[in-house]
Amino acid sequence: MPTFVYMTNCDGCGYCVDICPSDIMHIDTQYRRAYNAEPNMCWECYSCVKACPQQAIDCRGYADFAPLGHSVRVLREEEKATVSWRIKFRDGREKNFVSPIRTTPWGSIKGPAEYAPPRAGALASQELAHEPEGLNIEALPTLAGSRFKKGLV
Amino acid sequence: MHNPFAAISGSIPPLAMQIYVAAMFLLVVAGTLIDLAHKGSARYFFKHRRRANRGATRRVGAGETAALAAQTLVVSVLAAGEFCSFWRRATHLLTMYGFVLYVITTAVLVFVYPTAAAPGPAILPALWYAGAALVCAGGLWYWLLQRVDVVAEGNPRFRLVRADLFSLSLLASAACGLIWAPLQAAGDGLWAKVFFGLYLFSNTILFGSVPWSKFAHMFYKPAAALQRRIEEANGFRANLPAPADRPATFGSARRRPRNY
Repeated sequence: MPTFVYMTNCDGCGYCVDICPSDIMHIDTQYRRAYNAEPNMCWECYSCVKACPQQAIDCRGYADFAPLGHSVRVLREEEKATVSWRIKFRDGREKNFVSPIRTTPWGSIKGPAEYAPPRAGALASQELAHEPEGLNIEALPTLAGSRFKKGLV
Repeated sequence: MHNPFAAISGSIPPLAMQIYVAAMFLLVVAGTLIDLAHKGSARYFFKHRRRANRGATRRVGAGETAALAAQTLVVSVLAAGEFCSFWRRATHLLTMYGFVLYVITTAVLVFVYPTAAAPGPAILPALWYAGAALVCAGGLWYWLLQRVDVVAEGNPRFRLVRADLFSLSLLASAACGLIWAPLQAAGDGLWAKVFFGLYLFSNTILFGSVPWSKFAHMFYKPAAALQRRIEEANGFRANLPAPADRPATFGSARRRPRNY
């Protein structure tokens, strides 16, 4: 379900433009309000829907399973760390969901700049930056060559 | 501080100034009505309101509506509470209060104290200057540093689009007024005439471009803000989920991401 903007609710803060990983949320040059420039390219992550402080972004269901009359709306309450969804079907049925945004407090996850810079020798390592400690494990599992199928290596 | 309209009353009759101000007022009224009819805003607004009333889960009484209207006036209008960004809110408040001061004092100076014989109390021109200065400060701050297409889209700072019509014409009106008024007080010279012409031109653009600019948002926004509060109170909430039944725990110390 790609997203769209109620332009009358949008206050043009640009948070959705910042957060859209597909770079399809843009600012209309006439009204200076956000809009989804390429609904076909929306990968439906709903980052913009959740980031919008005005609840101005909504999801438009595909016509085959969510015909006219349905509604999918989300309320993100950062101070409660919750995301609530309210799904209304065309026949009047309604489903409500509340999910935690995250399970750890804001600011408890270190940003990349807060880690020690990697050593030059790390370039030769198979591990990515901050592995394995960033994954909260002691070591990444490895597959010994002796366990590979014969002829593979 | 001098009353600039009294200073120019030697060359332009007060009646002509009053007719011009009245014409600008009528242009705003006509422009707003044309905008309403063209965009269908009022039709959409009342259709949505009927839908909200049908979907209401509880009735909002007259007393509660009055309380919500007062809340809207204080929070959404006087304090520009709809803005989530502190700096955008600050620029809007500066420009808004500047504009209100600027327009009201202009009307009082033109209609009540238009002649050099009775230039009126000194506080009025001082407020006129202060209003124009606030408009310039807030308008420039907004236009150079806070515009979303510059901040979020990364567009060039001096790229003009139609959405700039209102803010730029308001900024031009206040800036030309601020330059013209002291020149006029110093004497009716060539530069005073040039900037008075620019002042009139920018005012005509500002008040005459209502159907194409964002001018009318100052009338629509309060109505929309009140309607949203009523929808929250009557349970319709525009299909939004009810607030989560969970206490605020984590606070919101997080900085919003800027991804460039």
